[in-house]
Amino acid sequence: MNVRELQQKLSLTVFCGGRSMEYEVSGGYTCDLLSDVMGHARSGNVWITLQTHQNVVAIASLKELPAIVLVKGFNPDTGMMEHAEKEGIAILGTDEDSFTVSGRIYQLLVSR
Amino acid sequence: MITLRSDLHIHTLLSPCGDLDMTPAAIVQRAIEKGLHLIGITDHNSTRQAMLVKELGAEQGLYVLCGAEINTREEVHCLTFFDEESAISEFQDFIDKNLSDIENDPLRFGHQVQVDREENIVYIEKKLLITALHAGIDEIETEVHRLGGLFIPAHVDRTRFSLISQLGFIPADLRADALEISAANCHPEALAPYRIMFPGAFITGSDAHYSHQIGNHYTEFTIKDISLAEITMALKNQGGRFIKKLL
Repeated sequence: MNVRELQQKLSLTVFCGGRSMEYEVSGGYTCDLLSDVMGHARSGNVWITLQTHQNVVAIASLKELPAIVLVKGFNPDTGMMEHAEKEGIAILGTDEDSFTVSGRIYQLLVSR
Repeated sequence: MITLRSDLHIHTLLSPCGDLDMTPAAIVQRAIEKGLHLIGITDHNSTRQAMLVKELGAEQGLYVLCGAEINTREEVHCLTFFDEESAISEFQDFIDKNLSDIENDPLRFGHQVQVDREENIVYIEKKLLITALHAGIDEIETEVHRLGGLFIPAHVDRTRFSLISQLGFIPADLRADALEISAANCHPEALAPYRIMFPGAFITGSDAHYSHQIGNHYTEFTIKDISLAEITMALKNQGGRFIKKLL
């Protein structure tokens, strides 16, 4: 499944699309501590978080994470949007909380 | 030029985790005993006790910077300091507007009280002060600087509530006046990797919650006289003002 299919199936908001929308999703990582994500997320994971700081994009880029899913209706900061557009990383959004959207993504990925 | 010993990270009894013996008078007395010339009052998300410490300090020749240790939306702790009373009061309004309405449970988190000169309790803060504000680190930095204050992310090397634990690394465009580093990392070899990430000044402090901790770690400033402007110059290494030592 690529990021676009995942976004469509879960009706996620698209704050920033970019070339990452076509990238394959290998799994997910749910965490709000950026230092932990830097250490443990795996390439191809979508990252579920409530953090909206521009450093999120830098770490997504470093770890080759194609998409960030912002939970609970959070909007990306201006700096986050600018960096995401530059880096071509997708920023998606949902009103659901981390637990719920992580469960949905997990279900989508294991059912295939 | 004079060299002054400063501890810019001290909690009072207003912080839930601050010992009830951390009254303004006790802090001033202990700071003087420890040979400090300058202290910073940094309660969690509140400036309400700081002015009295400043008044008592001034009577005894101890300079007190009033501020708070802010918990940003990212849960990054940041020290803030202001010179003007009007700036402190305006910043307090900003905090009040952005603090979550979560009630403190004194048995669980500790008491949040403000006292007067005679150490009578004059105010009990009902909202839990250790929660994160509804304002991100960049927004807080902008507000602090708009009010002419100093913005110093606290204990950046810690594994919790620090710039590095919460945001992974120090953002290249962060407009911090300095970074605070824990005493354990004050020697040059330990500081080196942080210096690569941040070209500005580093300070250290005690993060005292109990009076015996005051002044256990300090920063020495070489400045002309004590003021926020002079300290700012030392942090920027300008006009012959500088930071002499971290211990």
